[in-house]
Amino acid sequence: MTRGFWVIAATVLVAWMLAVLPMPEWAVAFRPEWSLVVLAYWGMAVPRRVSIGWFWLVGLGLDVLLGTLLGQHALALALVGWVIGRLYLQIRVFPVWQQALVMLTLVALYEFVLFWTDGISGTRSVIRWQPIITTAVLWPWAFLLLRQVRRRFDIS
Amino acid sequence: MIGRLDPKPLFLRGPSLTTRLVVCALASVVLMTLDHRQQQLDRVRVALSVVLYPVPWLVDAPFRFAAWLGESAGSHAVLVAENRELRTAIRGNAAALLRFAALEEENRRLRALLQAAQTHDYIVEVARLLSVDLDPFRHQLMLNRGDRHGVVRGQALIDAHGVMGQVNRINPFTSYALLITDPSHAIPVEVNRNGLRTIARGTGDADRLDLPYLPNNSDIAVGDLLVTSGLGGVFPPGYPVGTVTAVTRRPGERFAEISATPAALLNRSREVLLVRPGTEP
Repeated sequence: MTRGFWVIAATVLVAWMLAVLPMPEWAVAFRPEWSLVVLAYWGMAVPRRVSIGWFWLVGLGLDVLLGTLLGQHALALALVGWVIGRLYLQIRVFPVWQQALVMLTLVALYEFVLFWTDGISGTRSVIRWQPIITTAVLWPWAFLLLRQVRRRFDIS
Repeated sequence: MIGRLDPKPLFLRGPSLTTRLVVCALASVVLMTLDHRQQQLDRVRVALSVVLYPVPWLVDAPFRFAAWLGESAGSHAVLVAENRELRTAIRGNAAALLRFAALEEENRRLRALLQAAQTHDYIVEVARLLSVDLDPFRHQLMLNRGDRHGVVRGQALIDAHGVMGQVNRINPFTSYALLITDPSHAIPVEVNRNGLRTIARGTGDADRLDLPYLPNNSDIAVGDLLVTSGLGGVFPPGYPVGTVTAVTRRPGERFAEISATPAALLNRSREVLLVRPGTEP
């Protein structure tokens, strides 16, 4: 349990809180996928620390917090973690706006998995396209902020 | 820098990424399958909820604080006015209750004459909703009462206007309630006007219930009040559920298409009541 672990855990906690933070009715659909953003950053910046295991566990936490089927968000995030684990060397050197495009694709994958598992388990839902956009728009700012955090606490 | 050894290996070690993905995916599928069959994973979920309890607690904290601040910093004049209003309301309610008590007594006597089953008494407890947003496609609420406060699975949840739902998952300090509008929820109701019994199903729409099991020729009309019938034993009888808003009878179809609006303020009530059979100790 190094300091790096606790810093990453703290950012995850904030992401979890933002995931259940009450928002006005009209804004709920646009809630960005905060956990995905935070984990994607760490998975890309420090892949030796944050890999699929983290993605899966954070997803499981989301399932418990949101009251969805256990394993649903975990599966979706684990898939994202796999893509990032594969491509982190490339994504890292992209300019930020290009990274945002990668995020767009990853969130689309994530939402599709959620939609698909909802369908299999018989929960009526529609594909959530709004978070795909808001998360991609959020990425550059989140990236800069989390990079500051990483440099400040010297996590590598 | 050339000549210096990088302490970290260039490639990630351990089982390959894809192996780990397969393990995680399998674990997810197993969890989802077990969880879908209700109750098998309740212990796991409760354990995880306890670990994660700080998250909803922290999110709810500012709202609790604001409520507390509003109460303690409210000006004298406002409090006095509120107090006066409440007194008037209590007086009105007391007058209404006088008649109710007489009616209830009469009802009990008549039931005794008919040798019909006695009705239960119900204990009502106040609970508060935690200010957290849950999955938007599941109509659920999180309450600040749990196992430690004596909440039990299946307990009915009502607000001042009608039935909201039932408790379906219990943690030590919190519990989750399923609303009557969730697509997986159905509630036994009767038409208040003539006692016609049926079942109201949730639609996934926050202001619509469906009554899919009434034949075309049944006696139901727009504006009819639906109340709980008490069948099924979960909901106490006689609480308003909703009002019929549309009745479509198609000659070729066997069943009429009927929809209703819930009576309870499902997404506005903050203070809710938990009802369970029993008498006050």
